[in-house]
Amino acid sequence: MNPFSSGTRLRDMIRAIRACKTAAEERAVVRKECASIRAAVSDNDNDYRHRNLAKLMFIHMLGYPTHFGQMECLKLIAAPGFPEKRIGYLGLMLLLDERQEVLMLVTNSLKQDLNHANQYIVGLALCALGNICSAEMARDLAPEVERLLQFRDPNIRKKAALCSIRIVKKVPDLAENFVNPVVSLLKEKHHGVLLTGIQLCIELCNQSEEALEYFRKKCTEGLVKVLKDVVNSPYAPEYDISGIADPFLHIRLLRLLRVLGHGDADASDSMSDILAQVATKTESNKNAGNAILYECVETIMSIEDISGLRVLAINILGRFLSNRDNNIRYVALNMLMKAVSIDDQAVQRHRVTILECVKDSDASIRKRALELVYLLVNESNVKALTKELIDYLPISDQDFKGDLTAKICSIVEKLSPDKIWYIDQMLKVLCEAGNLVKDEVWHALIVVITNASNLHGYTVRSLYKAVQKSVDQETLARVAVWCIGEYGDMLVNNIGMLNMEDPITVTENDAVDVVESAIKRHTSDLTTRAMCLIALLKLSSRFPSCSQRIKDVVTQSKGSLLLELQQRSIEFDSIIEKHQNIRSALVERMPVLDEATFSGRKSGSVLAPGVSTSLKSANGVATSAAAPLVDLLDLGADEPPAAAPNSSGGNFLHDLLDVGPSPFPSQPVTTQAQKSGTDVLLDLLSIGSPAPENSSSAPDILSLTQDNKTSVSPLDTLSLATGPTLQASSSGMMDLLDGFGPSPAPPKDNGPAYPPIVAFESNSLRLTFNFSKQPGSPQVTQIEASFANKSSDAYTNFIFQAAVPKFLQLHLEPASSNTLPRNGNGSVTQKLRVTNSQHGKKSMVMRIRISYKLNNKDVLEEGQISNFPRDL
Amino acid sequence: MIHFVLLISRQGKVRLTKWYSPYTQKERSKVIRELSGMILTRGPKLCNFVEWRGFKVVYKRYASLYFCMCINQEDNELEVLEIIHHYVEILDRYFGSVCELDLIFNFHKAYYILDEVLIAGELQESSKKTVARLVAAQDSLVEAAKEEAASISNIIAQATK
Repeated sequence: MNPFSSGTRLRDMIRAIRACKTAAEERAVVRKECASIRAAVSDNDNDYRHRNLAKLMFIHMLGYPTHFGQMECLKLIAAPGFPEKRIGYLGLMLLLDERQEVLMLVTNSLKQDLNHANQYIVGLALCALGNICSAEMARDLAPEVERLLQFRDPNIRKKAALCSIRIVKKVPDLAENFVNPVVSLLKEKHHGVLLTGIQLCIELCNQSEEALEYFRKKCTEGLVKVLKDVVNSPYAPEYDISGIADPFLHIRLLRLLRVLGHGDADASDSMSDILAQVATKTESNKNAGNAILYECVETIMSIEDISGLRVLAINILGRFLSNRDNNIRYVALNMLMKAVSIDDQAVQRHRVTILECVKDSDASIRKRALELVYLLVNESNVKALTKELIDYLPISDQDFKGDLTAKICSIVEKLSPDKIWYIDQMLKVLCEAGNLVKDEVWHALIVVITNASNLHGYTVRSLYKAVQKSVDQETLARVAVWCIGEYGDMLVNNIGMLNMEDPITVTENDAVDVVESAIKRHTSDLTTRAMCLIALLKLSSRFPSCSQRIKDVVTQSKGSLLLELQQRSIEFDSIIEKHQNIRSALVERMPVLDEATFSGRKSGSVLAPGVSTSLKSANGVATSAAAPLVDLLDLGADEPPAAAPNSSGGNFLHDLLDVGPSPFPSQPVTTQAQKSGTDVLLDLLSIGSPAPENSSSAPDILSLTQDNKTSVSPLDTLSLATGPTLQASSSGMMDLLDGFGPSPAPPKDNGPAYPPIVAFESNSLRLTFNFSKQPGSPQVTQIEASFANKSSDAYTNFIFQAAVPKFLQLHLEPASSNTLPRNGNGSVTQKLRVTNSQHGKKSMVMRIRISYKLNNKDVLEEGQISNFPRDL
Repeated sequence: MIHFVLLISRQGKVRLTKWYSPYTQKERSKVIRELSGMILTRGPKLCNFVEWRGFKVVYKRYASLYFCMCINQEDNELEVLEIIHHYVEILDRYFGSVCELDLIFNFHKAYYILDEVLIAGELQESSKKTVARLVAAQDSLVEAAKEEAASISNIIAQATK
């Protein structure tokens, strides 16, 4: 090397980087190198371009940005010599990918190099084209590649064949051009060409049905013969891998035969002999042999049925399955999954071994085995397999538990022979892995429980016992609390005993204990606590003797910081205390939930989400509409009016407490709601019944409330946060809640969906915002800004300006006046319209500037408003 | 089809990456992070396959290096193990009992060899001898060019003395 050359050698740079002790040192070295490379790039330095590019590649591997070197690759490729081209193409493949525009610039150089006299340069170009070409380049250069398939040197032919695979993948229309050249490639003796020719042939068959037919007719026999020759070939040191001549060629031939034999009896027949030979004669003590056997089994499985061969294949898999090598067991499980659809019985024979694999220490094997077990479950073995899986659940790996739980639940739901078994298994799962159970699963469980009327007593007793043992499983607690609320009387009185059950003694206080401990547990979330409150309300009626105790528990939630809990506990407290006469009717058992509707909804009704969106628009509540029971128990949403409209599609969700046939002169809610067809928009206590002509469209409800806004009633106080949900207009209900006037519930302003805010306040000025929304356009908020002058002098030339970030759009209307009288005697108002394109995701923010003249002096005040209510 | 080839050291350093399917720079570093987390933590006796994002990654450890190849679900994992071994043996012959340092300082050579083994994510040559011959031929082309350049500069140097 020239001692006067600038910069360091590649080797020295690598050494320097490796000598770095900290990441910061490394960054410093890299920065220095990059700087000198950049300098060389801008000087257009020719001598060290290849070395700089090599350095850049190393830096690139370390994860630093190297885009400035892309053009250097192109320059090196355009250079005449082989060394420059070699490093240039390497850089091209490393630093660029097919989606970069720069790549287009290389098309011309590639074309020249593909026609170069030096075959190694042709090889470089083919390699680069095969690894990174884009669809446009494929189209432009396909003729060159096609021609090279007949090049004199086999090493170019094989590269051209693989290059063609990429071209055909990028531009499937070009497939037919390659069909004829491939036929001659398949007749070659050179292993490399044969290997790549077969791969190209497989790709063409995948792309075009015609090509497949053509090859099937023309080449099947020849390929069978080639395979025979390879299998029977004598020892060839060049291709030998552990005693087998060229396993790679074996595997590719088997793969192509699979493609040709699939769905064609004649072709399948012609290859049966050689397949039998491969399956029986291949040595299986080394990986290479097993790889061939594995491929052979797959081919036997997918070609047309030839009696005997399949037995052979399944036997090989059986041998694989009992192999000590984990790799072999893994591929066996993988292949057995495909075999299940062909010969279920044969796979069932290995069930015990497969179940053992579910408990393997290797995560990959466990996962495969679980998938396979899932496929193997049927009516006859569901009980035994489920028992095995559930028994394994407590000792399984933490990471694996989620998958396992999901699969068990799915098996139980799909194949349970009877309800009692279903309930039993689900309880076991809930006890062991309740926290991993998905919402749909326990919702479905509750649906099943309500439908099994003869098992109510049994279920609630089992749950009671289970929840004593597994305290920390939240889902179990939810189901238990729900059932105790519904069927508490059956729990204490041992009603509906089954023969196999041992009677247990549970007092009313014990039952309340369960609910109380669940509501008090600090890990319980809002949904659980809300469910507990409802259960308590129900129990207060079922267990009159505990009424006072329940009231105390409910009262404790009155101070909850969660608005939903606070509000409900106040309501429920009032019901328990003051409305004894209606309580029992209010808390009747839930009607039986309709299983068909539920499963219909589960399989994805389109309706629900749509409805819920519109609901959301109406009152700004984000209700997740996916699962019906979420709606049923929709206390989970952390927005205040969660008990508001149920966005359910099923008529079984009339309302949480089902006051449909209530003793009050309220409207015939239920029937009317059913008529509406889509949905029942009732709130928790069914107070807010929809307007008679309301066909579940949310905006109607909103407009209704807006009409109501004027009617000042005690209820409005309550509906502060709930906004549109509780409607004063439903007459008969008024007295139910009239105890609420002086309630500690948050205060005053009768009202609008969003409380007004003081947006800005200084010594001299106060700015208040009042919000309103148009029904149907949740993104748009109307703001009425009113300004009050706190000083003793009037302001003139009063101008208000506002700015918002990009996701908001602001429209300012003219102010009512430009003079602001002193001492707050009158105010200036101005209307703003803000459209929030990220509605529901981002809250509004605004920056404001207010200028005015005070005693002929200009005053400027600025500020930022970020205390907008959420969901504007 | 092989979607990408990774060489990761036991410390999680990347020694070679080759992408046959398009991944952006961001995705690439994410893939490397994810996979080295998954693979380096696996015990020695476990199987050589991990399932990842609907693909399978076949890996094999040689001394301090993990050779990883990502393939489709339906591909033959056992064969990919053989391909990895095939590549390693060629490297071994080329460098003469290869070690990690060889691959660090001569990373470009490792790439040149890989380009003779795989193109477009498919196997190109099953004969180690042929690969060795092709790489050697290209190396000697480079050497010849270097010597020529050196002799020319010598002539120039003498002429200008």
